[in-house]
Amino acid sequence: MGHPDKTETTPAAPGYREAKRRWETEYRPQVKGDDVRRNRSGIELKPLYGPDDWDSARYMADLGLPGQEPTTRGIHASMYRGRPWSPRMVVGFGTPEDYNKRMRDLYALGLTGLFVSPCNSHLRGYDPDEVERELLGTCGTLISTSDDMGVCMDGIPFDSESISVGDTAPYTLTAMLIKVAKQRGIQWQSLVGTTNQSDYLSHYAALHMFYRLDLPGQKRVLLDHIDWMNRNVPRWNPISIVGQHMQQAGATPAEAMGLTLSSAIQYANDMIERGKQPDDFLPRFSFFFDISISFFEEIAKFRAGRRVWNRLVRERFGAKDPRSGKFRFHAQTSGVDLTRQQPLNNIARVTVHAMAGILGGLQSMHTDSYDEAICIPTETTARIAVATQNILREEAHLGDVIDPLGGSYYVEALTNAMEEKIMAVIEAVDAQGGMFAAVKSGFVQKMIGQSALAFQQKIESRDEIVVGVNEYVYDGPSGAVPPALERPDGKKLDAYLAKLHAFRERRDAAKVAEALDRLGEAFSSPTTNTYEKVVEAIDAGATHGEVCHRVREAVGFGQPLVVV
Amino acid sequence: MSSPGLQGGRPAKVLVTKIGFDGHDRGSRIVAAFLRDAGMEVVYTGPWQTVENVVNLALQEDVDVIGISSLATDHLIVPKLMEALKTAGLGHIAVVVGGIVPDSEVGLLTDAGVAYVFHPGASRDQIVNTISGLAANARASA
Repeated sequence: MGHPDKTETTPAAPGYREAKRRWETEYRPQVKGDDVRRNRSGIELKPLYGPDDWDSARYMADLGLPGQEPTTRGIHASMYRGRPWSPRMVVGFGTPEDYNKRMRDLYALGLTGLFVSPCNSHLRGYDPDEVERELLGTCGTLISTSDDMGVCMDGIPFDSESISVGDTAPYTLTAMLIKVAKQRGIQWQSLVGTTNQSDYLSHYAALHMFYRLDLPGQKRVLLDHIDWMNRNVPRWNPISIVGQHMQQAGATPAEAMGLTLSSAIQYANDMIERGKQPDDFLPRFSFFFDISISFFEEIAKFRAGRRVWNRLVRERFGAKDPRSGKFRFHAQTSGVDLTRQQPLNNIARVTVHAMAGILGGLQSMHTDSYDEAICIPTETTARIAVATQNILREEAHLGDVIDPLGGSYYVEALTNAMEEKIMAVIEAVDAQGGMFAAVKSGFVQKMIGQSALAFQQKIESRDEIVVGVNEYVYDGPSGAVPPALERPDGKKLDAYLAKLHAFRERRDAAKVAEALDRLGEAFSSPTTNTYEKVVEAIDAGATHGEVCHRVREAVGFGQPLVVV
Repeated sequence: MSSPGLQGGRPAKVLVTKIGFDGHDRGSRIVAAFLRDAGMEVVYTGPWQTVENVVNLALQEDVDVIGISSLATDHLIVPKLMEALKTAGLGHIAVVVGGIVPDSEVGLLTDAGVAYVFHPGASRDQIVNTISGLAANARASA
């Protein structure tokens, strides 16, 4: 998977070496000292790249054409000419009615990808009447029943557009969406979308925004979900392997990519161990990454990741179907890069993030709102974030030419260097016995924590400049309108809770109890698919909290895996 | 940045934790490392603590300062924590909050008795100096 010695292998243009020597003589006195510069992944950057840094004879082996092995230049032959990337915004606040209104508004603005982000209380496995009222709907939408999902999806074309659900184990949101489709006479088997938060390893390692189960139980719940969805909803992506959590938690771009691919390797091995064929499940693996402001590094990260995955699926798993090696990914601009100081500057930052993601060949993108470091994004600021994507597509024409940086000496050399770093991470995790073991032992958490601290220390020492924070500080008025905080209205909350209670009253209690019992029992039989029982419980009228509690009773809670 | 010599000779003791539902812990881990490097004794917990847990830990560990990290609106239940600390006779402990707290909700925290709110971009020196000062006061009034 390596590439040959990068120095002096290319028959450079006539006169190149002599010209370069002259350039070096002129360059040296113009810069101070050694002037060593490194990117966030620790790769030393030269001041200039040329034909001696990238061997164009390796073009077919290392780049190929778009849609062809090793897919470095993009996973589709037509890329954004055939289908532009989808602006897919994370939307989640308030009641299902609030969500529905926000989603319809954004849809009218050109959003093409749908996303459902539930309330934090939901992520933690509770129904809204079990938790502190102050927090309800302040971060994510209240969705506890299939009726709630029905309200969220009112008038939203989830049958024709792909939908991404922020669904952690045991994936009740996906089950609710299936039920709503059934109720509306939609072919639920043809739904297209993604169980966006099903990668439990990334939650254990970095984000902790999930319904925590004991690790072996968590593993089974996920594999059952993948297996059931593959068989019943074949165009659905039951897993999105997430690098975004780890990079936002502090992993360098190369570490985040390497760790994510290690998770993907783990999940693939787990499925193979169950007797599945790689080409049966790999085409439905998808990925989700962070885009930092380290512009070229991010572009190289995505190009290298795409190449590594494409080769890995063939070399490690013997995949034959070209769809198995297609590295489809969603990406989100980095919230950590945004500042509370002079928040309008964040619009510029998000634009740079978004450009890196587009030039890196993503399939869908969430652009952060400029008030991300102040509060949960508001409607006005979310509109600017969507407009940023529209401007880059329609006015800057970033989608006109496929992989426009391909063949750039710098970008190709950096893609190779990032690949080496990524492979080193994958090998380090392999040596730990794979990602499951490496997360369980805390190896991954330590790696991320050390990188987070090292980066913060660079900000403290001003080796890394953040405009308006540790340099170019300006305390005058920022010009930003103070956000109109969107806190759910007390009356709406009362009405929501009353609806939840009415839902519980109305349903056939015996049927629900029976479905929940079958769910619990499924865990004592190794051959029963537990996700099928989750879908049946939701169909019978069980709430999210009831399903979660039953699953936890069956598989246990497990100990927190926090490493400092 | 120096190890604060407090009354009783022990270094300042700080509980760094998160209450509520959010799991983003990059900030709390970095702050814990900064305080430890500055010579303070740090009790660190993972996320998702209940108000009751935090009160019990503060009591058992006899801390001078509690640092609550909040990214995703969990600061909204800090007033409940302040109330519970008072009820438990721990009103002398200084409570600071760090993270995403909108300007318009800072008052909600300070009115409830929160000693300081750190916003994104707060420097290591600012955090260490403020907390060590608060720890000295808390120890003196314990």
